[in-house]
Amino acid sequence: MEMYRSHVMICRGTGCTSSNSEQIAKNFEEEIKKHGLEKEVVVERTGCFGLCALGPVVIVYPEASFYSLVKPEDVEEIVKEHLVKGRVVKRLLYAESVEENKLKALEEVDFFKKQVRVALRNCGVINPENIDEYIAFDGYKALEKVLTEMTPAEVIDTVKKSGLRGRGGAGFPTGMKWDFASRSVNDQKYVLCNADEGDPGAFMDRSVLEGDPHSILEAMTIAGYAIGAGQGYIYCRAEYPIAVKRLGIAIGQARQYGLLGDNIMGTGFKFDIELRLGAGAFVCGEETALMASIEGQRGMPRPRPPFPANKGLFAKPTILNNVETYANIPVIFNKGPEWFASMGTEKSKGTKVFALGGKINNTGLVEIPMGTTLREVIYEIGGGCPNGKKFKAVQTGGPSGGCIPEEHLDTPIDYESLASLGSIIGSGGMIVMDEDNCMVDIARFFMDFIVDESCGKCTPCREGTKRMLEILERITEGKGEEEDIEKLENLAMNIKNSALCGLGQTAPNPVLSTIKYFRNEYEAHIKEKRCPAGVCNELLNYMIMADKCKGCGICAKNCPQQCISGQPKTPYTIDSSKCIKCGVCMSKCPFKAITRK
Amino acid sequence: MKTIQELEEIRKKTLDTINVRKDRSGTRIVVGMATCGIAAGARPVLLAIMDEIKKHDLSDVVVAQTGCIGMCRLEPIVEVYRPGEEKVTYVKVNPSKAIRIVNEHIMKGKVVEGYTIGAESK
Repeated sequence: MEMYRSHVMICRGTGCTSSNSEQIAKNFEEEIKKHGLEKEVVVERTGCFGLCALGPVVIVYPEASFYSLVKPEDVEEIVKEHLVKGRVVKRLLYAESVEENKLKALEEVDFFKKQVRVALRNCGVINPENIDEYIAFDGYKALEKVLTEMTPAEVIDTVKKSGLRGRGGAGFPTGMKWDFASRSVNDQKYVLCNADEGDPGAFMDRSVLEGDPHSILEAMTIAGYAIGAGQGYIYCRAEYPIAVKRLGIAIGQARQYGLLGDNIMGTGFKFDIELRLGAGAFVCGEETALMASIEGQRGMPRPRPPFPANKGLFAKPTILNNVETYANIPVIFNKGPEWFASMGTEKSKGTKVFALGGKINNTGLVEIPMGTTLREVIYEIGGGCPNGKKFKAVQTGGPSGGCIPEEHLDTPIDYESLASLGSIIGSGGMIVMDEDNCMVDIARFFMDFIVDESCGKCTPCREGTKRMLEILERITEGKGEEEDIEKLENLAMNIKNSALCGLGQTAPNPVLSTIKYFRNEYEAHIKEKRCPAGVCNELLNYMIMADKCKGCGICAKNCPQQCISGQPKTPYTIDSSKCIKCGVCMSKCPFKAITRK
Repeated sequence: MKTIQELEEIRKKTLDTINVRKDRSGTRIVVGMATCGIAAGARPVLLAIMDEIKKHDLSDVVVAQTGCIGMCRLEPIVEVYRPGEEKVTYVKVNPSKAIRIVNEHIMKGKVVEGYTIGAESK
């Protein structure tokens, strides 16, 4: 590789790519050529930096200047000023990264200060399509150590010692999972990677796959050595085209370098990995359904036992770990299990990646040590709710998780403490809600998702979630009945206790946690036929404020129901019995004289 | 197939070229590249420095640019920051002086006194 004085890193993760970062990269290459800098400056396409809200993001090294919201037409200025003359283009810098006119180190910026990037260590730092760059930052060093210096038992022991637990949701100790599979005796075993990330609002795994695909391949090969498997499969959803493409490139490069194949690094160890694409069914993230799908069958779960460690894919002993779990593995071997275990809480070690979304300023990806409080993540890293709105709750764990209200924000994030609040860490989605969100509506949204995604195999999930959704819809339409809350709780307990797989067993969590913490909102909908947040349309009434109405009649002209009447220059009125609550009058009123309550 | 030795070579070689993205603890060579610097010939100086670093396979040395320091008459100006040492400012640098600076100051830790701003102002 050539030596360059300056590296222009352009995010080509899904977020920045959809806001045109490829065009930005091309413009950079063109401008750099135009100014004759192609021997001094290199343009690299890289993975997610985490601050997706401010994409497209471009970082220029060695200064580590953090340019945000870059447009293709800004490129000329950056090249002319920064790369030719060495003058950073201040107007394009991420405002947080400038202090008293001086560029702060990236680690000092509020968004990054509390973060510890382990699983995301290479995201945004390397070009994920170049295996050499992965190798440069200690890539495949852990595999080398494992294959040349350690026995499979020592490998499993190291993972156990690190305290790593599954990052996909359930939090099962990874070392123990490997141990079970290694004890199963069979001629063929399998190592699977669950990249079927399906929670609404979650994109941790996608970013790891896009930004650092080799770390997954390395970790799976280590797992293969530990349990005695020769074949691995990555089950990735087809909706992640960039991740699929980069995984394909990475597998090709690893085979070419002999890091996958018959004689890995000349040690005689044999392991290969293939990609399998999922069609986007949420239930295929469940381990037994995922394996059925890889086998070519319909993606449906089956009862356990037998557990996959004994009878998994093609009825052979199998381990299945999530993408983020694997991303931690090489670091554990390079830096030692003690190092990993020194981070986090007593029972939850290491770091966790969260996808921050919803009503939050810094939408994006953050990686924090376990034990960081929700408040630190939402306010210090996430920057709080936009537009000065008041925080109401944070939803963690997607459709299997729950909503956590303000009074519990000082809870340290770990598996047990979130579970005690009626939520879960889950795969790491974190959706922030403010005063404008209706909690009944949120519960309805997640239940709607579950009803769509339930595979239909077991009755409690297929029928029970449908009934729960019907009740929730009724409540949001103002047709709620006194005993609806009890009915919901009753159904929820039954589904939790009797559904076949994790999808059904956890499906009632969003409803239960919102009833637990926001019962008053349910009661307002049911008893007073009122939506306190002003979201549920059927419960709202449009009214004209007489003191603000100038009697222009624009509302009446635009009303599709013709239910607004009045005389010019005197206040108009809306006939609520005919109103269909379309909101046209409100958007057309030049005097903001129409309210919705 | 790559052997473990070959992988180690790839690791070392690639790390040298991309280390600027991670490690900011090493030596920094900063070249003044405002209009004045460029007009006085800063670009050939910069290229000479980069060539020399590559030739000697120096790792943890970062070459950066900066704007006008305010002493345009002394351009091209090259500043060297080494961890734990005071900044050294070289003035009126040309490619051959630059090569000497890399060879003596960067590689052996010996400041080339004759080229520094202190020598110039005497």
